[in-house]
Amino acid sequence: MTPDPEETRGSRAERRAAWTLVSPALGAIAIFFALPLIAALLLSLTDFDIYALADIHNLRVVGAANYLRLLRDPLFWKVVRNTLVFVALGVPLTLGAALGGALLVNSKLARMRGFFRTVFYAPVVTTLVAVAVVFRYLYHPRYGLINHLLGLFGLPPVDWLGDPAWATVAITLLAVWRSFGYALIIYVVGLQAIPESLYEAAQLDGAGVWRQLRDITLPLLLPTTFFVAVITTVGLFQIFAEPYVMTRGGPLYATTSITLLMYEQGFRWWNLGPAAAIAFVLFLLIIAVTGLQAALRRWRRT
Amino acid sequence: MRLRPLLALLLLTAAGCGRGDADARTTIRFWGFGREGEVVRELVPAFEARHPEIRVEVQQIPWTAAHEKLLTAFVGNATPDAAQLGNSWVPEFVSLNALAPLDARAARSGVRGDVFPGIWDTNVVDGKTWGLPWYVDTRLLFYRADLVAQSGGPWPPKSWAEWRETMTRIKRRGGPNRFAILLPIDEWTQPVIFGLQTGAGLLDKDGRRAAFRDPRFRKAMAFYLDLYTSGLAPALDLQSVANLYQQFGEGYFAMVITGPWNLGEFKNRLPADQQGLWATAPLPPPEAGMPYPGISIAGGSSLVLFRRSRSPEATWKWLEYLSEPAQQARFYQLSGDLPARRSAWKLAGIADDPKAAPFLQQLEQVAATPKVPEWERIATRVAESAEQVMRGGRSLDSALAALDADVDRMLEKRRWMMDHRAGAEAKR
Repeated sequence: MTPDPEETRGSRAERRAAWTLVSPALGAIAIFFALPLIAALLLSLTDFDIYALADIHNLRVVGAANYLRLLRDPLFWKVVRNTLVFVALGVPLTLGAALGGALLVNSKLARMRGFFRTVFYAPVVTTLVAVAVVFRYLYHPRYGLINHLLGLFGLPPVDWLGDPAWATVAITLLAVWRSFGYALIIYVVGLQAIPESLYEAAQLDGAGVWRQLRDITLPLLLPTTFFVAVITTVGLFQIFAEPYVMTRGGPLYATTSITLLMYEQGFRWWNLGPAAAIAFVLFLLIIAVTGLQAALRRWRRT
Repeated sequence: MRLRPLLALLLLTAAGCGRGDADARTTIRFWGFGREGEVVRELVPAFEARHPEIRVEVQQIPWTAAHEKLLTAFVGNATPDAAQLGNSWVPEFVSLNALAPLDARAARSGVRGDVFPGIWDTNVVDGKTWGLPWYVDTRLLFYRADLVAQSGGPWPPKSWAEWRETMTRIKRRGGPNRFAILLPIDEWTQPVIFGLQTGAGLLDKDGRRAAFRDPRFRKAMAFYLDLYTSGLAPALDLQSVANLYQQFGEGYFAMVITGPWNLGEFKNRLPADQQGLWATAPLPPPEAGMPYPGISIAGGSSLVLFRRSRSPEATWKWLEYLSEPAQQARFYQLSGDLPARRSAWKLAGIADDPKAAPFLQQLEQVAATPKVPEWERIATRVAESAEQVMRGGRSLDSALAALDADVDRMLEKRRWMMDHRAGAEAKR
């Protein structure tokens, strides 16, 4: 299967032509990706702030101090923990909801599949700010529909956005509700790629619905699941809009994500140096987790 | 069809370019924010008629974008000639060296004696005046007159003790689901006002370090927190207040500490049959016998002249015009914003409205928050410590110690700069 090295390397002229052809793309990447990245890295080694904006002599090069302070700051660790909780709660919920929805929508028994596909996908295209208004009412401790329903079952009301423990759950639920439609569509495509003949053969062998799901659907959906998991993980690591519009990161920073902390540092308080340091730590964290997922998948395959 | 707007735009631009050449008038650019930026246009024609040599170009910017837009304009060398500026932003733009001092000009026009002293003071940073007060904002009590009267408690309160007495009676009559006062726990204004009332400086003299462990601030914070722990105020944050006006009308709470914009809102949003039920009162001082009313916060907007303005003289004429009592009175009629000059109050007859009159009384007793660029961040942190005690189960002393430590860290750069500047001056 490995191609002949001589063949792929090509002649010198061909190589030159290749470089010429890709150079516009490389140039664009350098200007719009590499340069800002380097600039952000340099920025993270300074204490660039409003004073430095006034007079560049007020800029101090602080080396790794931003990073060290960040690692020693309990607030940063709280925010990392919040983000990990968002990911740990949100990814399985999204995958579960998306897979469940996809199986329903794809089922031959279901009617109006197109309609339901639209319904499940609709939250993805809604405007979060408008949705937030509705959700804030749903979650309202006194007038909220959710607490009203809890009351019907004799359960005590929950201060969804005011109680630090519940606020994380409330924000995660909103994030899942808003994004699982996208994963669902990908799952539907994955399901449709599974050959019908496999199910027919399994039925002939007497396999039930659960058996078919466990031994055919889930294994063949593994690449899809991996893709969806990576996308959802990366998305949830960068969760920003949901806590920003719902709770502004409160109560007591319970719903502040890493991105929200970065935004506050950078654009609310104009501490651009520390904000850039947060951005870099987040970048490394996402790469590490995605790498871990990829390694896990490779290990599963062997 | 599609092209038409584009064409119109091009023509407009061309016209705009052409005008500068044909027109010998000096053009000054003024930025106004939100509703004020819209309303101020109405004051332009009379000014241009009085000064035919000057043309005023007003640009309206939404409040939410204002701060960032000003900073970007500063960095990009594109500040206007003048703007309105929230007076808590003045220290920040002074530290950027973006503004021109107004002392000499203001002394000539003699506005100072007519402006509420606490409001004027917010514009003075490092001994110089950087802004001309335009309209003012402060906080006092909006209350349900019927509920307060039924309680039989002392009113208007002349001390924290009297105030608390009335609140306790209201709570006792109201039962578990009604409250005496609404204090959103994520708002920093209330604990800071109580701190200003007890005379706590919040920061030390030059704004180098935090001073929240000062017993005066501790007393203020303890009073504030007690309103929640004794059940007089619900532990709600701003987001959870579904509809302030409706809940006020229902009697869910009997008082709220809020600002002048709510004079208009309460009039518009409460039904006609509830209009007789609400009133306003100044804030009480901590102890009986202290000057009445108790101190409140000095807010509002000032008019500033940017250092890079190319026609400061013409721009000053515009700012001076806006601060004239007659124009302030007119601006009040157009916007509902309370004027910064006492003579404008008289001219517009604002104090004849019994609901607005307490503001006049309160404005004589207002104080500025610490004038450091970091203030807004510090204030947010103050609200957090209150929340830590209430929701996080932290002790007041440990919360205040942590507050001091954090605020000291926020002021580190400021201290470094002050030392740096002092060192450089010593060398010279």
